[in-house]
Amino acid sequence: MFSIGLGHYLTLAAIIFTIGIVGIFLNRKNIIVILMSIELILLAVNINLVSFSIFINDLSGQVFTLFILTVAAAEAAIGLAIIVVYYRNSGTIRVEEIDRLKG
Amino acid sequence: MIAHAIVFYIFSLIAIVSAIMVTVSKNTVNSVFFLILDFISISCLFIMIGAEFLGMIMLIVYVGAVAVLFLFVVMMLNVAQQKNEWFNSSGRSSHIPVGLLVSIIIFFELIIVIGGWKYKPDLLDSIAIEINTDLTNTQSLGSVIYTDYIHLFQLSGMVLLVAMIGAIVLTFRQRSGVKRQSYLKQISRDRKDGIELVDVENNKGVKIDV
Repeated sequence: MFSIGLGHYLTLAAIIFTIGIVGIFLNRKNIIVILMSIELILLAVNINLVSFSIFINDLSGQVFTLFILTVAAAEAAIGLAIIVVYYRNSGTIRVEEIDRLKG
Repeated sequence: MIAHAIVFYIFSLIAIVSAIMVTVSKNTVNSVFFLILDFISISCLFIMIGAEFLGMIMLIVYVGAVAVLFLFVVMMLNVAQQKNEWFNSSGRSSHIPVGLLVSIIIFFELIIVIGGWKYKPDLLDSIAIEINTDLTNTQSLGSVIYTDYIHLFQLSGMVLLVAMIGAIVLTFRQRSGVKRQSYLKQISRDRKDGIELVDVENNKGVKIDV
């Protein structure tokens, strides 16, 4: 309980990952919250990589975390740009009303 | 050791609670604030286990750039009246039980993997880059990403460039009725287009037609 090991960090990452998935599945409001849930999922992956890197004593996990950070920033920028364009064209970003693809 | 554990539990509790609040919060602006809190507590955890550089970079990139971008977009789009209608939404809500079921299954799969997980026996012999404890975290990362991972590093720079150009191209729009500067017109302008020399007669003045 009081000696924090790899398992504690992995459990934390699993919990945050699951919260992100729940946020994607159950969201009825707007797409921005879905993008934030994706950021949470990437954060959980980063926690996994960093904690493995520290506990196995291998630096390459942290290097890959750096690259994931870059890709996450790029993804947020592009996603928000798409949302802005969609809002400009259709006037709403509610998940329920986005049904152009009839999915 | 106990202090380490207490700090870990505090930070992870804050992270989990704020992650939940991101998804269930009524107001989107509040979700962004809780996202910032989540990133800050996770970066504190990173600093605590000895990945200082990544913790600081998380603060700069996520809190300084990504979260502010989210906040900017949330405030720019008029989503204030779109309150969160999570569970009591009108109409078809049949996907909620399935979504919850799938999420719970994913969580238990992850927990099972963690519980039954062991090091591969020869894993510790096949470490790619061993952490040198004489150097600081930033020094050792810098000595790796500029040498061994230089191609990936430059490729991530290209990803950022493409993302920047893509965001600009997507959100750029040409409004009608707005005067814009045209360099081609400016440069290709001739002297005789702009200036007209007129011989002025005495006491007559000049009639200018605009």
